[in-house]
Amino acid sequence: MGSGHAHRLYRHGHSPVHGLPPHTKLAATFAFVVVVVSTPREAMWAFGLYALLLAAVAYAARVPASFLLKRLLIEVPFVAFAVLMPFVAEGERVGVLGVSLSVNGLWGAWNVLAKGTLGVAASVLLASTTELRALLLGLQRLRLPPLLVQIASFMIRYGDVIADEMRRMRIARESRGFEARGVRHWGVLAKSAGALFIRSYERGERVHLAMVSRGYAGSMPVIDEATASRAQWSYALALPCAALVVCLLGWTL
Amino acid sequence: MTDPVTGPVTGPASEPVADVPASLDVSGLAFAYPDGHQALFGVDFSVARGERVALLGPNGAGKTTLVLHLNGILTGGTGTVAVAGLPVDRRNMAEIRRRVGIVFQDPDDQLFMPTVREDVAFGPAAAGAKGADLEARVDRALGLVGMAEFKDRPPHHLSFGQRRRVAVATVLAMEPEILVLDEPSSNLDPASRRELADILRALDVTVLMVTHDLPYALELCPRALILSDGVIAADGPTAELLADDGLMRAHRLELPFGFDPRSVPARN
Amino acid sequence: MHVPDGFINAPTSAVTGVVAAGAVAVSLRGARRELDERTAPLAGLVAAFIFAVQMLNFPVAAGTSGHLLGGALAAILVGPYTGVLCVSVVLLMQGILFADGGLTALGVNITDMAIVTTVVAYALFRGLVKVLPRTRRSVTVASFVAALVSVPAAALAFTFLYWIGGTTDVAIGKVATAMIGVHVLIGIGEAAITALTVGAVVAVRPDLVYGARGLGQRLKLRVNGELVDAPSDTGPAPAPVAARSHRKVWITGLVASLVLAGFVSFYASADPDGLEKVASDKGIDEKAEEHANADSPLADYGVEDIADARVSGGLAGVIGVGVTVVAGSAVFWAVRRRRSDDTSPSSTETTV
Repeated sequence: MGSGHAHRLYRHGHSPVHGLPPHTKLAATFAFVVVVVSTPREAMWAFGLYALLLAAVAYAARVPASFLLKRLLIEVPFVAFAVLMPFVAEGERVGVLGVSLSVNGLWGAWNVLAKGTLGVAASVLLASTTELRALLLGLQRLRLPPLLVQIASFMIRYGDVIADEMRRMRIARESRGFEARGVRHWGVLAKSAGALFIRSYERGERVHLAMVSRGYAGSMPVIDEATASRAQWSYALALPCAALVVCLLGWTL
Repeated sequence: MTDPVTGPVTGPASEPVADVPASLDVSGLAFAYPDGHQALFGVDFSVARGERVALLGPNGAGKTTLVLHLNGILTGGTGTVAVAGLPVDRRNMAEIRRRVGIVFQDPDDQLFMPTVREDVAFGPAAAGAKGADLEARVDRALGLVGMAEFKDRPPHHLSFGQRRRVAVATVLAMEPEILVLDEPSSNLDPASRRELADILRALDVTVLMVTHDLPYALELCPRALILSDGVIAADGPTAELLADDGLMRAHRLELPFGFDPRSVPARN
Repeated sequence: MHVPDGFINAPTSAVTGVVAAGAVAVSLRGARRELDERTAPLAGLVAAFIFAVQMLNFPVAAGTSGHLLGGALAAILVGPYTGVLCVSVVLLMQGILFADGGLTALGVNITDMAIVTTVVAYALFRGLVKVLPRTRRSVTVASFVAALVSVPAAALAFTFLYWIGGTTDVAIGKVATAMIGVHVLIGIGEAAITALTVGAVVAVRPDLVYGARGLGQRLKLRVNGELVDAPSDTGPAPAPVAARSHRKVWITGLVASLVLAGFVSFYASADPDGLEKVASDKGIDEKAEEHANADSPLADYGVEDIADARVSGGLAGVIGVGVTVVAGSAVFWAVRRRRSDDTSPSSTETTV
């Protein structure tokens, strides 16, 4: 436990991609994914070009291909789903090696796989080249409601603290010989979860006390702000712009 | 001023200062939590400017509850609190919170920002400081606790003692009138404990130190209060209170084995 | 686990994005009114809790295990507004930091996992708590039912979205049946864990359970060792919940219409097992396809007769999107009007 989500994707580095201001990268990633999703699925070559674009970014960011590919595993449940689509979808059918498959389902599977994979790859590139702190600043700069950014910031700051508490509780359970094996142990686990909630909530109250004790009255003082030059913006937006060209070609060809 | 203290009093407080208002003045304070548990049953005391006072008491005596009243975090009970003559109420809240600096027991609660620098800057920035002035205050506060070189580190990468010192710095950056420390010595190894004591002694502010670390109280605070069952049970020179075996036993306060307050040389 | 990019088409993603943003905005104000300046740290810590508790494995049998989704739990423990915020922030962070759930599918994910789950669970929970006797056991029972229903409700909401903007034509009625079956099962697990957890919290800190709070007590003074009643000039006033019911009605109405309209298809939010199960069930039932399709309420839906699959899908999309937009803006409008009429705005926030 404690792995999985708690594992950070960020890879320290000094590449040109690392150096870009966070909000330009967030905007570029989002725009890129939107373009990818809007591309007609029949334009298969377009997705190949998108993949090349991302590969170029990964190269510039010095993110190794193995790292990127490993992270794509998060998609596996949907790959399983996509594989089933040709069998279950409606419409015109086509025989492949004696198996009847739905044409629409094949396209659907391709669509989900291609777009989903590109989406995950883009997000992984963003997360692996941008520090947590910077991501929050970027969200703040992109005018996400400040309260939401604060909530996210507290969640990040205390996520590890709470996951640690959870781990200590498990160790305490196990050192007293308890190991959850089935449904009949849910009560004990739920008690831990309940205790964890109480601890988290009370910590939230204490954090709030510490904040108001230092003059917090509902809004966070702005201490750092991300800024970007025109050059940095154009550098970051090169990716979605190139993708947009591909997308438009995909619609017209 | 306050009514006479209702509990048994063993000695007078330090000599009252005539014209400067007391840093802290608490009178008739009672409070119950929303879950029904009543923690304070009428607390009265006063701390003059520049004093260093220890607030002693067993677990569950209401020490932390009392602390949370000092800057208006807990309200809604009865009684009054005034800081430097300013009553703690909604109108004065911003000013009160600037003047009362509370260092909480768990530095993880206090250090809620992503980096040490931002955390120390939080208070002054909330009060409107910015730019070079803000940076200067951050540097000065971190310098006072000897943590200047850890400025850009995330708090959870520091040792416990370092986090405690940064927590003190976050409060010092607000240039408070009175510094309130909740169990400052808890979880510190002897070296960190000594460093913190040196830092506190060098500061020129009123200090209220909530603790059940009695030797630490004796070392740092000439005067002590005993909070027991939600009232002030005793108020006097720390050395005298600690030497009163009956009083100590009555309030579940125990000196560490082999520690004799009478053998400790007086210091200030 | 969460819906990736490309699963739902771009226009539907955009519209759900707007709906999600609107609901989050409403929740921000709602949470702010309930928690005032405590919103950020408390919601942040509860979000961290939800995030952590999703990693807590509950063994089922023979090496399989499940985990909590947490929407219903959040709603019951911290209320619908804060609950929506916490789960939304968790989803946002999972999308940005862990590439879990597509960025363009964020609206879809927030709509069914944060909004539908939370609001359905909370509405049911409140309703039951009002009806049942005022005991701790009732709170546990209400939690169980609320969580049990919230999971298939989210499945239905996703089904509806998929029906509007899904990128593949799957026999929606039949999948929905299978999907509901599977998610009722998942819901039972969620319900048991949620009820046990809420029960554990109620036993220790009943004041922290949003639905079951508010019993004040008289203060006492210890005068010469005697306890006497203190003059109560400022008694602690438990926050009334009823005053906000109008807004809740609107939100519930929107969700109910979403849920009712989309009584079909499948849902891909939470559990890969659920998904795979549905898909394979579907494969097995292939021969029954014609029949099931004819029975499904949506099969009679006019667009089915239109030959071109794309046009048909588009038409369904336009209708559904239209409905969503109208419903969404009705809620917005209602909330805004109500806000401007409100005589007790968030003035406490601005107090210096």
